[in-house]
Amino acid sequence: MSRPPLDIGAYEANDGYQSLHKIAAGMSAADVLETIKSSGLKGRGGAGFPTGLKWSFVPQGESSPQQKYLVVNADEMEPGTFKDRLLMEGDPHLLLEGMIISAYAIGASKAYIFLRGEYHGSVKTLKKAIAEAYEKGYLGSNILGTGYDLDIILHTSAGRYICGEETALLNALEGKRANPRAKPPFPQVSGLWGKPTIVNNVETLCNLPGIITYGIDWYQGLGKGADAGTKMFGVSGRVKNPGVWEMPLGVTIRELLEDKAGGMQDGLGLKAFLPGGGSTDFMLPEHLDLALDYDEISQKGGSRLATGTMIVLDDQTCPVGMIGNLMKFFAHESCGFCTPCRDGLPWVDAIFRDFEAGRGSEKDLNILKEQVEYMGPGRTFCALAPGATAPLGSGLKYFEDDFKEHIKQKRCTYKN
Amino acid sequence: MSSQVIASTKSRARVLTEAEISEIEHEKTLYPDNQAVGLEALKIVQNHQGWVSDESLLAIAEYLDLSVADLEGVATFFNLIYRQPVGKNVILYCDSVSCWICRGDDIKDYLSEKLDIDYGQTTADNEFTLIPVPCLGDCNNAPVMMVGQDLHRNLTKDGIDEIIDQYRNKSA
Repeated sequence: MSRPPLDIGAYEANDGYQSLHKIAAGMSAADVLETIKSSGLKGRGGAGFPTGLKWSFVPQGESSPQQKYLVVNADEMEPGTFKDRLLMEGDPHLLLEGMIISAYAIGASKAYIFLRGEYHGSVKTLKKAIAEAYEKGYLGSNILGTGYDLDIILHTSAGRYICGEETALLNALEGKRANPRAKPPFPQVSGLWGKPTIVNNVETLCNLPGIITYGIDWYQGLGKGADAGTKMFGVSGRVKNPGVWEMPLGVTIRELLEDKAGGMQDGLGLKAFLPGGGSTDFMLPEHLDLALDYDEISQKGGSRLATGTMIVLDDQTCPVGMIGNLMKFFAHESCGFCTPCRDGLPWVDAIFRDFEAGRGSEKDLNILKEQVEYMGPGRTFCALAPGATAPLGSGLKYFEDDFKEHIKQKRCTYKN
Repeated sequence: MSSQVIASTKSRARVLTEAEISEIEHEKTLYPDNQAVGLEALKIVQNHQGWVSDESLLAIAEYLDLSVADLEGVATFFNLIYRQPVGKNVILYCDSVSCWICRGDDIKDYLSEKLDIDYGQTTADNEFTLIPVPCLGDCNNAPVMMVGQDLHRNLTKDGIDEIIDQYRNKSA
């Protein structure tokens, strides 16, 4: 961060909390829901599910449970993903304002922020911002005279990647082992302590104040392609200027990688990249002119936009080693609940260690290909192992020559 | 559970401090049941004691009337609950992909050699414990590590020397 986080005065001077005044002037919860639905906002946590649609599954009316919850998924732990931290440490009130909008729309009187335990900087900025918001009457009882009450509780995680899965997150918040839950019932109907619950990602919530304050037309006009709004895009790896930027959805990958991240470091070439964190399929230099929007990346790039934070593989770093690093991560972070993931990932991890040590074989290569099927979508309880098969399956396809060289030369060919 | 086991659980539990109890009581106001408070209590006790001993775990289970087995299941599940003693400074070293691409492994080897410990070990002088951590979310400054609550970015071998000296001097 190049500047201190905005305090509430600076935030308000820049249209901060204007959306709440607009709501207080006469927007019902149903109006807010309808506005977000029409805006076309898709969840920014990775899955890209339409936010308004998700909210609409929460039962409303007198016969619905009185207690409803909003939970913020601030458990940023996807390898190569560093966007939510920037938002929480750079503009904490934006998140709080988004939370108040979301909680109001679904009728939640209590909201928990499930924050990554290692994010000590975010703890400080959020604690201060929450206290300021209470003081100004944006939180607590009878917010801006609307009769609506909301309390926000900051919860820090004890640390496991699986907590990013929304039902595992709810178990962790309840003090249980963070195994994912069976769906249905979906959290929108029966979530935290069995009550209707919406889990939204930090960046998703940060989109809400602008939509309410400036309107749907303004928001949709921000996007350059099919999708509405902007997105936080990041680049890490051996590029000249790694970082994270807010850009319109629909800009090209080339604009992000070359104009913002400055291209590759001197002497290095671009070999491939993961477009949105460790759980996405590799893409190649031939894909650079595709637009960064949800459909284009999946339909033409064979991958997913997911978190929008790109991990760049240069031509002097071993792709087998890179995939091996990811497999070690996934093997360690498997919650151990279902067999394909619990047993499959450590097996895959062990094979990559063999490749690293020069003991990889053709037979191993076939086992890896089989595991892509066994741990793929539909075979496991949650999306963790299928996420792991994304870089694994695409890597086996794109870097077959590299795997074969390791087998032939009985060593990692990228090392001297 | 036989009454004998329950009796032994009680006798082995240590006494929670006043500070620990007051923080646990505060957590009770934030969550509707004790199971949720249990995980918070583990963090509170670790914050005060440095780690969660058997005696601490039993004390929490007893204080909150939770099953010891359930609480142990939770304590061993999460990365940031330490069920073994750790040194004065816990080093969480990022071993995820962006840091790996930026040659974080070389720096880690240097750090390991300098401290003469590998992952999961504590230095002989009890100053440092080295633990791998998944992506710390600071990938544009890779490689990174966290010492205590401080994030150290763009690590180099020279930088490691300075950082380690800094913590050694602090406790000297």
